Amino acid sequence: MSTATADIHHDPVESNVNYLNASYGIKSWLFTVDHKRIGLMYLAVITFMFTIGGVAATLMRLNLVEPQGALVEPETYNKLFSTHGIIMVFFFLVPSIPATLGNFLIPLMIGARDVAFPKLNLLSWYLFVTGCGFAIFAILSGGVDTGWTFYPPYSSLYSHTPVVIMALGIFIAGFSSILTGLNFVVTIHKMRAPGMTWFRLPLFIWALYATSLIFILGTPVIAITLFLLGLERIFHVGIFDPAIGGDPLLFQHLFWFYSHPAVYIMILPSMGVVSELITAFSRKKIFGYSFIAFSSLAIAVISFIVWGHHMFVTGQSVYAGLVFSVLSFIVAIPSAIKVFNWTATLYKGSISYQAPMLYALGFIGLFTIGGLTGLFLASLATDVHLNGTYFVVAHFHYIMVGGALMGYLGGIHFWWPKITGRMYPDMWARIAAAIVFIGFNLTFFPQFVVGYLGMPRRYAVYPAEFQVLNVMSSAGASVLAVGYAIPLVYLAWSMRYGPPAGRNPWGAKGLEWTTLSPPPTENFDVPPLVTEDAYNYAHAGATHV
Amino acid sequence: MSDMAAHDAHAHPQGFAHQFEDAVQQKEAGTLGMWAFLVTEILFFGGMFTAYIVYRSLHLGGFIIGSHLLEVKFGATNTAVLICSSLTMALAIRSAQTGKSRGAIISWLILTMILGATFLVVKFTCEWYPDYLNHIVPGSYFGFEYRPEWGAHAPYVQMFMCFYFFMTGLHALHMVVGLGILTVLVIMTARNKFSSEYYTPLEISGLYWHFVDIVWIFLFPLLYLIGGRYPGS
Amino acid sequence: MSEHPEQGGHGHVVPVGVYIAVFLALMCLTALTTGVAYIDLGQWNTVAALTIAVAKMLLVVLFFMHVKYAHGLTKIVIIAGFFWLGIMITLSLSDELTRGWEINPAGWTGLIPFLHHLF
Repeated sequence: MSTATADIHHDPVESNVNYLNASYGIKSWLFTVDHKRIGLMYLAVITFMFTIGGVAATLMRLNLVEPQGALVEPETYNKLFSTHGIIMVFFFLVPSIPATLGNFLIPLMIGARDVAFPKLNLLSWYLFVTGCGFAIFAILSGGVDTGWTFYPPYSSLYSHTPVVIMALGIFIAGFSSILTGLNFVVTIHKMRAPGMTWFRLPLFIWALYATSLIFILGTPVIAITLFLLGLERIFHVGIFDPAIGGDPLLFQHLFWFYSHPAVYIMILPSMGVVSELITAFSRKKIFGYSFIAFSSLAIAVISFIVWGHHMFVTGQSVYAGLVFSVLSFIVAIPSAIKVFNWTATLYKGSISYQAPMLYALGFIGLFTIGGLTGLFLASLATDVHLNGTYFVVAHFHYIMVGGALMGYLGGIHFWWPKITGRMYPDMWARIAAAIVFIGFNLTFFPQFVVGYLGMPRRYAVYPAEFQVLNVMSSAGASVLAVGYAIPLVYLAWSMRYGPPAGRNPWGAKGLEWTTLSPPPTENFDVPPLVTEDAYNYAHAGATHV
Repeated sequence: MSDMAAHDAHAHPQGFAHQFEDAVQQKEAGTLGMWAFLVTEILFFGGMFTAYIVYRSLHLGGFIIGSHLLEVKFGATNTAVLICSSLTMALAIRSAQTGKSRGAIISWLILTMILGATFLVVKFTCEWYPDYLNHIVPGSYFGFEYRPEWGAHAPYVQMFMCFYFFMTGLHALHMVVGLGILTVLVIMTARNKFSSEYYTPLEISGLYWHFVDIVWIFLFPLLYLIGGRYPGS
Repeated sequence: MSEHPEQGGHGHVVPVGVYIAVFLALMCLTALTTGVAYIDLGQWNTVAALTIAVAKMLLVVLFFMHVKYAHGLTKIVIIAGFFWLGIMITLSLSDELTRGWEINPAGWTGLIPFLHHLF
């Protein structure tokens, strides 16, 4: 992207007025409408929620060291896995990249001053915090034991846990994500800089656009579903009650109509990050730009017609199962297209292995494993055997943790210098990335095996012959925890002591790298004008521009 | 920085927000945003419509009995009331578009509010409260023992009444929010915030109000007219 | 920024006469749907009621909500919303209405005599 007279070589970070030091005091943050500050406020809250979800996971894995349960009673274990799922899905993964990196980067990447509706953006943050508040209140009131899936009639008629409070927290957080998605769609449609046509947009924007479509189309359905569940619990009568002809499976249809696309909400932004990282660290144009862009849209669309694969064994008709099974195979295709294109991008690239690239490469491998194992589950006959076992748990953790979370960490590291104006110590980051990779595989690969052998999920106890694999998994979890803790330390350290980063420490292409680090409040000191395609790196072999 | 100086130098149109380049972009963004929100409302109400369609397909007998417990005259009257309110809302926006006085805009808005309030009053006093007295509100007061002629359909009658109260209740909630929005608009108009150049909040609130009307346009036949009202239905 | 004259700061002004005509049409359709309910058309009562409801919705959307004079993007957004609702309803019904279907005991081997029977 050529801009007017931007001087990329010597901008002293300390002397410019940027979005961080433009105003001081808690009120300047709590009443901000600057998308960059809002992104950081989201980062703080979701990091906190991640630790809560992580504590629940820690207690679960500690319990599973012994076949008879080493730590907690089954009733408590039910609350632990429910809390872990609810917090990690609704209060960490769904908002993670969109609310933090998306909020921060979208206006910068498209050359705008802010998002379309900045005050609505702030409202989104407050709604999210309120939702978190209700969820934490529900946990402190004992926690729910229904699983993150809230299936009736247990959740509506029999559970004696604070289901309504937790559902209310999710409802409010969902409303927050609807407003964020709406904001992003309008911003991307209406506020691109001159010359920024749709097909010059970074693929991160395409990914977030597709994600925002899912936010808008899917989230209202989980909202009404939880609303109806809440009415049934409060009034002791409702539309899922078998006594008046209600069908518990209808709840599952409505629940999964959102919750399946939700998993694509969780992975699409991460795929967008990976497109940015692969190109920057192989210094090469992306292979198949329009294929990746359209695949993002295809994933968003097809994700809405596969939800029944969660219901193959819960009572759905075989004929519906057949339809959903075929469609579930089809949804794998656009994801595979992306993996092929990223790999082709690497070929003959000038590759460097800083921490963001390590996370991106890890993503490609682990996401592929997770995605392929999804096909085992999409196939009706094998799903009968594998559903409800640890095979499913391993499958989605490979995608959510090995995929989404690693993309998130890669993105945080990549854009850290832009966000803070300072560079983090890359050696520590690479060590942490390696520890995460090793710890992750040690935790979750044994779960494929133990699930295939028949160990059920959501159980506090298990047959003794599975102990070795469970101990391996728990040991891996402790390594993984170390890997997550290390970045907290050096990233915090770098905010104060890291070297100033300059506009473009990675030499990457993208409008965000043309402005100062940290950016001024209105983003660009010189209004951007876009004249070239995305990822317009010099050909392989040339030194960096 | 230079951009900032040029920015401040020329007079901004009324209601202009700084993240936009010009008023046209702002209006288009606001309208697109409201339509995206209405899509979320389509899916929100849509969840209940989906459930309704499923159960009506499976238990039509109970739904017919339940529907016949409702009074068509109140449903039809309320439908007419809401259609009138959509007309007055459209005329309120048109008044702003054509530069009419504040008084004209406010009159149309208040007329819309009166019609909306009428809807709610009819709903509550002529329908919900009598339903409660007649023991057809779902829950522990639901009067199976009063109506042995329902026979095997009885549980599904209660299911229908669940849908009736949940769907019209959610709709009424949206009406109340709409009345709140209209109040804010009246205040904003009185404070001279709108002109023929800038009336976007009126326009997008109008979209919301018309949407709530459309929901009722579907609720009326789907709740009140199931199985027809001819003799022998 | 825009080449659509009707999307300028003023927007397209709809004549009052059009609004009144739409209003009268809506009232007539309401009377019609109420009246038709008192006539025995069997299962066509439902079809008639829904058709009239869709017609009323289109009048409100096109004229009161100005979609007739709007960007193509607006129309795509609205169609997408209804299409997604349609997906939810259709695929849910594909399960709920086929629960009782008998699974062919002959399995795939029954397919050949079945095709034979058809042709």
